Amino acid sequence: MDEFWGPFWIVLTGALAGASCGLLGAYLVLRKMSLLGDALSHAVLPGIVIAFLLSGSRDVIPMFIGAAICGVIATVLIETFHRRWRVQEDTSIGIAFTALFALGVVLITAFAGQVDLDQECVLYGEIAYTPWDRLFWGEWDLGPRPVWILGTVFVLNLAFVLVFYKELLIASFDAEMALSVGVSAALVHYVLMGAVSVTTVAAFESVGAILVVAMLIVPGASAYLWSDRLKVILTLSALMGVISAIAGYFLAGVWNSSIAGAMVVVMGALFALSLIFAPHYGLLGRFVRQVRLSLRVARDHVLLKLLRDRESRSVSTLSWSDLVDTAARRVSGIAIRSLMWQGLITREKGYFSLGEQGVTYATRLLRNHRLWESYLNQLGLPPDHVHDPADALEHFTDDHLREEIRAALPNIATDPQGKRIPDG
Amino acid sequence: MIWDATFQLVLLGSLLIGATSGTLGAFAVLRRRSLLGDALAHAALPGVALAFLWTQSKALPILLLGATISGVVGVLIIEAIVNYTRIKADAALGIVLSVFFGGGIVLLTHIQQSEVGNQSGLDKFLFGQAASIVRADLYVMCIVSALVMIAVFLCYKEFKVLIFDAEFLAAQGFSPRVVDLLLMGLIVLTVMVGLQAVGVILIAAMLITPAAAARFWTDRLHVMVLASGILGALCGALGVGLSALAPRIPTGPVMALVATVAFLISALIAPRRGVLARWARIRANALRENGQHFLRAYLALQTRGKREIVLLDLASELQLPLYRVRRLATRLASDGRVSLQNGACSLTKLGHKEANFVVKSHQLWEYYLVYRSILEEDHVDRSADEVEHILTPEIIEQLESILAQEGIDVVGDIHKTHSGYRRTGEDG
Repeated sequence: MDEFWGPFWIVLTGALAGASCGLLGAYLVLRKMSLLGDALSHAVLPGIVIAFLLSGSRDVIPMFIGAAICGVIATVLIETFHRRWRVQEDTSIGIAFTALFALGVVLITAFAGQVDLDQECVLYGEIAYTPWDRLFWGEWDLGPRPVWILGTVFVLNLAFVLVFYKELLIASFDAEMALSVGVSAALVHYVLMGAVSVTTVAAFESVGAILVVAMLIVPGASAYLWSDRLKVILTLSALMGVISAIAGYFLAGVWNSSIAGAMVVVMGALFALSLIFAPHYGLLGRFVRQVRLSLRVARDHVLLKLLRDRESRSVSTLSWSDLVDTAARRVSGIAIRSLMWQGLITREKGYFSLGEQGVTYATRLLRNHRLWESYLNQLGLPPDHVHDPADALEHFTDDHLREEIRAALPNIATDPQGKRIPDG
Repeated sequence: MIWDATFQLVLLGSLLIGATSGTLGAFAVLRRRSLLGDALAHAALPGVALAFLWTQSKALPILLLGATISGVVGVLIIEAIVNYTRIKADAALGIVLSVFFGGGIVLLTHIQQSEVGNQSGLDKFLFGQAASIVRADLYVMCIVSALVMIAVFLCYKEFKVLIFDAEFLAAQGFSPRVVDLLLMGLIVLTVMVGLQAVGVILIAAMLITPAAAARFWTDRLHVMVLASGILGALCGALGVGLSALAPRIPTGPVMALVATVAFLISALIAPRRGVLARWARIRANALRENGQHFLRAYLALQTRGKREIVLLDLASELQLPLYRVRRLATRLASDGRVSLQNGACSLTKLGHKEANFVVKSHQLWEYYLVYRSILEEDHVDRSADEVEHILTPEIIEQLESILAQEGIDVVGDIHKTHSGYRRTGEDG
């Protein structure tokens, strides 16, 4: 096999497997059926082995039939254990798939001589042999067989997702609504499970039974962190499958290791990156939002403290240690420095006072605070209970909301403690 | 089978593994942590490979240490994903399980293909090979199992409360989180003990399946824990024995299959919760109800003044096919409630007694429902029909005294028109 076509076929096979699994995996994650995918990919093993034994070849049709029968058996077993024998659901899944997988492994090893399959294939597939596994039409060499199989499966999956986009969407997010508009959620469920089984079996030869689970779940879950839109999730999920295939192939060369394993490791890395950097649902974004929020609250509190001080005396008497909130020293310190840097507050001889812009800003905050206090008081909260909620609300009150509250308090000029509500 | 010292060693080891994982599995299953054990075991694989790569040693304690660390890291990542992102527990479990396993496969194939030292033996951790247990390994297993067993013994009460009422545990001053973590830690240790002989992929079966089998036999936790431990030990030993017959086959899958057979047998024949027992119970109930309907129908016919009652009359009264009525009659005859003489049918003394009792239950219950204004007069028949088979003489007495106190006359039928045993409720 020459230097270009060998790697090309392998990467193409991996990419097709990754994209097919990614498309369906997004739905598995959304529908909280990841474990069913896990169970199914383990459970089809004995079916595949028996099909090999009976047909004596690697023909696709017997393999699919065997796997499909086993998939159905697994589903029926889980249902029987759970619903009729009253075993817990997770336990039922655990028993059914370990039993079937164990059966498959025993069959493989017991008939090792007669089956063109071994433990390695079960574990991490034979994607490296893709270029040599040719499909013939009579005398014609049509190219690697796995590419044909996975290509067909990919096209079928894509067609399934595109044609039934609306049905899948509605059944995944709102089963009752689906029923009311005439989409059978149960039918969608079974068709989806069927598609998952077919994809699992098609990918099995290339990446093995256990790594298929990764291909199904990991890109879907990663994409789910990036977006709320199903179309984006589907595209990203399939794309991540493809990227992992390409990167995994080269990494496997570097590490001198299993290609399928390396693909899964890349998927894991993509997931970790998504986990950290995804804008809205990532850890970093979450952290930054929290820090910004607490910084904003700390800044507001510093400004308010200075304004209240100014109301009572003409010369500022507040030093650094008076301003810093002892409960959150670090955030508070950063808040004071950033206010100084922006010129909202100034320091003279160790004492802080508000700058011109600072006064405007702080007055608005104080107005927020006292308006809320009056408003809450009017709602029936006793005067000694209004401070804390007003303290929380003052930071998030924009001009519009402020004037609405003002309008709701027509004849009130002071807060419940008798302090004047400033204009501004 | 070679009944020599080596085999005894291996047998002892697998007994130990089975007993430990069975015992802990009972708690894991009840605490709904069974699949977490699976994820943990898969996540242990890269740890085994890394430990080997760094130390170039195949000593079991070192490999197990690596396995423990990466297993624990895996579980922590699952917790973190569930707590800090919008990804649900099932997907988190699947992600960690498969990605760690993929990493383990990369490391294992790397070790195999670059021939670092003597690598043969590491892949035994995948499907398990009990034959690879040596004396030193057995010592490690003994120590860890002993630790696990002692911990279970000491914390039995806390685990029990955690499983059945975690809030009560908190009220008692224990932190459910700490107890939960302790249980998780013990599951980690258990998985590690079994890793060598059962393998990362199927050790979950040893944790889940014997416990689920034991659950069928009892409702009491300590019995279940004991039964699960014993069952696990049996599965371990039997699995090793069977795979000794065919050394090519790895032990893990054999043990998992033996455990599954134990589960299926338990599910079938266990006395109360078993499938057969439940089926028999349902059947016995149905037979009893049908028999009582038969007796009531007879009484009804008699009250209407019918003298010579044959099976055909009963069949039309019961609205059942004749062959079923005949079968019922034969059964009641063999119980001594009915006597059959050339087609004619009469109740024995015992049959009369029971028939009267059933009719009385039915009527009393109807009166009671009406008197307590639970149901209207024309709705009580169905409900009484269900209850008449269940009421005991004591309840009947109570009902009678309540109704007597209220001065309610319980003579005769509340509807005047009789139906009773007909579930369809069409009165004539």
